[in-house]
Amino acid sequence: MISSEQNVWPAGDVTRVPFWIYTDDEIYRKEQESIYLGPVWNYLCLEAEIPKSGDYCTAFVGDMPVVVTRGPDGGVNAFENRCSHRGSLLALKQRGNAKDFVCVYHAWRHDIKGNLLSVAFSRGVNGEGGMPPDFNVCNHGPRKLRVTTLGGLVFGTLSDETPPIEEYLGEPILARLNRVLRNKPLRIYGGYTQVLKHNWKLYFENIKDSYHSSILHTFFATFKVSRLSQGGGLIVSDSGAHHCSYSLVHQGGADKEFDQEKLRSNMEQEFKLQDKSLLEVEDEFNDDTRAQAVTIFPGFVLQTVHNTIAVRHIQPKGPNETHLKWTMIGFEDDSERLQDMRMKQANLAGPAGFVSMEDGAIGGFVRRGSAAADKESTVVLMGGMSTSSSNSRATEGAIRGFWKAYRSYLGI
Amino acid sequence: MNDTTTDRTSLSAALAELMEDYARAIDRDELERWPDFFETKCIYKVTNRENVAAGYPIGVIYANSRAMLQDRVMSLRDANIYEDQCYRHLLGRPFITHTDGDTVHAETSFLVMRTMQDGVTSVFATGSYHDVLSVTTERIRFVERIVVCDSARIDTLMALPL
Ligand code: FES
Ligand SMILES: [Fe+2]
Repeated sequence: MISSEQNVWPAGDVTRVPFWIYTDDEIYRKEQESIYLGPVWNYLCLEAEIPKSGDYCTAFVGDMPVVVTRGPDGGVNAFENRCSHRGSLLALKQRGNAKDFVCVYHAWRHDIKGNLLSVAFSRGVNGEGGMPPDFNVCNHGPRKLRVTTLGGLVFGTLSDETPPIEEYLGEPILARLNRVLRNKPLRIYGGYTQVLKHNWKLYFENIKDSYHSSILHTFFATFKVSRLSQGGGLIVSDSGAHHCSYSLVHQGGADKEFDQEKLRSNMEQEFKLQDKSLLEVEDEFNDDTRAQAVTIFPGFVLQTVHNTIAVRHIQPKGPNETHLKWTMIGFEDDSERLQDMRMKQANLAGPAGFVSMEDGAIGGFVRRGSAAADKESTVVLMGGMSTSSSNSRATEGAIRGFWKAYRSYLGI
Repeated sequence: MNDTTTDRTSLSAALAELMEDYARAIDRDELERWPDFFETKCIYKVTNRENVAAGYPIGVIYANSRAMLQDRVMSLRDANIYEDQCYRHLLGRPFITHTDGDTVHAETSFLVMRTMQDGVTSVFATGSYHDVLSVTTERIRFVERIVVCDSARIDTLMALPL
């Protein structure tokens, strides 16, 4: 891999993105330091995963393994999943319930908040060995994260400079999140992890790309459910880092632009689902919005499509691999009908999702296509040069917003 | 059904043949045959051990009618975009857990290798089919097929069913 030292960002703006940014090892290292360990809110888990005192689950902040715990006071804590002695994992299981975390290697004991409590054989054995007399457990322990919760989501940061999450997101994005979450107790319906063989930024761009959806994903268009021509909008936070795109119920009517473009989805043949129950929708938020995606920099997505609600966590695993951890959710008070609909509509999302399976593959197509293009750039000009919100989704404004924020975090 | 040894042996053989035929339909890209292995009202679900252990109901794929399976085939043929790929199912012997009149409950291990356009063959999924089957003298069909993958990870996408 060419080191980024030899690479400079193409002149001017965020309408050109150099391909080396997706593969460079040095860039990957910088991202870990300046983004994930820096002044951002990293999504950790759902509060519903750790409901009771002593419950814990493991998570990731970039490459850093993290334990998230529910304390006896009901508060949520997060600390690095690394023993303060010589670095072994403290929590070995993905989830569980614990009183404390005793390292398996030499039995150093940590409390539920990640404080080091005691060191095995600290006085030595038979008067020999042991820790120096000035060794104080208070001065040792894994790094702790500052934690915040928002409508049942848990976020963590390692920086003192990260502003409160409401400020971090800004009012318009916060409103689109709260529209779904409404501070109601969440119910977990299930999960899985999609392994993507490409850089995390290609996936984040894909979600912020409101231009591709009804072109690459032809399921809805093929079955005449939704199109780019229906109402909706794109909101980009002032920082550029976060975004929301949404589309309203299809009002019917002529799709002139679609006909002219001769898209795959506009075939003569009339396709109909045999089991139409898949496309029944309950307007659970009472606003005629049929689909919405909210992203929180650097790796969180809350997506609703009809009545399926998915949390996706984008986890970088080296420059050329990304894990996309899906958690399908609903609410504790879901009616039986809504539960059935969420079960069925789960077919729309995920690695086998009618509407989303293509997103798993497209980043790989980009990676393979641009294998020899380190000196070339992408073109991000749809909808102009700005990073502002718009009523049209035929724009790459949210992608430009992402690069604006990204560049300011990395200082490139 | 008499639970005599011969009956059980012939049932076991019949199940094994059905499982092989099911796998052939997918591996040979005869997806249009796939829904016919199921009753009109049926459950087909692909999930993983983690979801099962946690009691989470949702899977990667879920259908509660044969029509939904037919819709999935049509969507794969006409709407979805994915790289051409093929599966190779290797199946264990069906283990009959219990029978209840004409209904048989069985578990079968599977290993599915996937080959992509560039020629790379890799282990795509391993796990166990948890089946409920209706058995008559003419045919055997799935009333329920829960595909429990050992891993919660899926490489890139799952276009073809397991
Ligand atoms: S590494 Fe944990 S106690 Fe030694
Ligand atoms: Fe997409």
